[in-house]
Amino acid sequence: MSAAIDTRHGVMLYMEDVNVSFDGFQALNNLSLTLDDGELRCLIGANGAGKTTMMDVITGRTRPDSGQVWFGQTIDLLKQRESDVARLGIGRKFQKPTVFEMHTVLENLALALMPNKGVLRALRFRPNTVQRARMEELLETMGLEALCDRLAGTLSHGQKQWLEIGMLLAQDPRLLLVDEPVAGMTPSETEKTAELLKSLAGEHTILLVEHDMAFVRSLAKRVTVLHEGSVLAEGSMHDVQNNADVIRVYLGE
Amino acid sequence: MTLFGKYLALAILALSIDLLWGYCGILSLGHGAFFALGGYAMGMHLMREIGDRGVYGNPELPDFMVFLDWQSLPWFWWGFDSFTFTLIMVALVPAALAFGFGWLAFRSRVSGVYFSIMTQAMTYALMLAFFRNEMGFGGANGLTDFKDVLGFDLQSPVVRCGMFVLTAIALLAAYGLCRSLTQSHFGRVLRALRDAEPKTRFLGYAVERYKLAVFVFSAMLAGVAGALYVPQAGIINPSEFQPLNSIEAVVRVAIGGRATLSGAVLGAVSVNAAKTQFTAWFPEAWLFALGGLFILATRFLPQGLLGLMTRSRS
Repeated sequence: MSAAIDTRHGVMLYMEDVNVSFDGFQALNNLSLTLDDGELRCLIGANGAGKTTMMDVITGRTRPDSGQVWFGQTIDLLKQRESDVARLGIGRKFQKPTVFEMHTVLENLALALMPNKGVLRALRFRPNTVQRARMEELLETMGLEALCDRLAGTLSHGQKQWLEIGMLLAQDPRLLLVDEPVAGMTPSETEKTAELLKSLAGEHTILLVEHDMAFVRSLAKRVTVLHEGSVLAEGSMHDVQNNADVIRVYLGE
Repeated sequence: MTLFGKYLALAILALSIDLLWGYCGILSLGHGAFFALGGYAMGMHLMREIGDRGVYGNPELPDFMVFLDWQSLPWFWWGFDSFTFTLIMVALVPAALAFGFGWLAFRSRVSGVYFSIMTQAMTYALMLAFFRNEMGFGGANGLTDFKDVLGFDLQSPVVRCGMFVLTAIALLAAYGLCRSLTQSHFGRVLRALRDAEPKTRFLGYAVERYKLAVFVFSAMLAGVAGALYVPQAGIINPSEFQPLNSIEAVVRVAIGGRATLSGAVLGAVSVNAAKTQFTAWFPEAWLFALGGLFILATRFLPQGLLGLMTRSRS
């Protein structure tokens, strides 16, 4: 399904003048943003800047009051249901690790991997050889081979984050929305995560929300700063850190 | 024997609730409605089999219609002369109600306690409707005085024994079906959406379709349970729709042990056996005993009787 995304002009995600308000609070304010195919983009901004709301809009969880959101050239994301957005090839990793705690690691992967998510197919679905090989490959990438029959609820925090990233990859998405993947990770886990995300960029487009500035610097070429629901600055980490608006907002006048 | 046959029919009802509640997290407090609808469908066939052996001896109409001075059989009674048609209706009528109700509820993302309350309202509304004589289902008296099923005398010990065996076989089949469902990928998805619904949705599963599928299947199973219950009970009346029945059915599952299937069967049989014994001693106090059991079970036995048994074994 994800092959059908038209990125001939190199654009993976296009948002224009998106507005969202909750009970008078303007969560997104004329937000416009473009992501190129294969790009790894970091999104930074204080709490309430609109990072999560933006991801909610992209994944169909929140409907904006106005604006446009396109996936590739041809898919209007505002017309899609949440489950369809996922099947079109947009995967999301939440801030808090959410894995299915009462399922084993392998079952978690199988849930993410099943290609068609229909009810009738689910009655008969069993991973075939190719899919089993893919799951083993993912387990290896995540370093979870030995734990494949453990209940996911018994994993450590870092392992859950890994499993969740593995589940994302099992869906083979074109666009990955990743919310603070290294929060609560040890330095070595953080490093491993950075390696992984870098290796995924190119084939996948990644939008990463992160507070850890060192981590952001080690990863992304382009950084977008959100403030009060719109884009405050965009550019390299160096540019952004020297941007007068950013300095004003973050350090105060 | 009939008593135990009824327990087994109620065990099928318990399975249907456990599949829905234990595995998918949807608490229906109106499952008695599906049970009763299946029961009414079977009851209608049994009424037709009475033929001209009723008190009024009318070969065309059941006694209560003669009593109400009706001239002809209402259209919704057509077809119930046929046993095959009846069997289809036993599953189809509950399924249709569950489909309509579930489609509206799940599409609007009604869940949790709100869903439970709506199911209570549903069964209560049906109860009031079935109490009315004009509905054509025998009003407050319901359907009773059944003579035989497929020509076999319902009073004869052999037929009663046969009904018991049939119910036992149906229970085994229902158990096997539920078990294979819960162990399939479908079952995995159900447990996933019970534990983390938004996550399941983000993986690309149309959650409301899964809920609808399991709700409809569960309703059909409850209908079958009702159809097996009625010939053994010898009567079906609107009180089967009362909300209390549905709640009691859920309590049996909770006491037996949720999300285990076998716990549901154990709960249904043991609580009903206890009820029979208890109501013989203190007819008025059963509800208090049931409430007490429920509190004890949730407080001290979160996994129910089955959890207690597996714990004491290990």
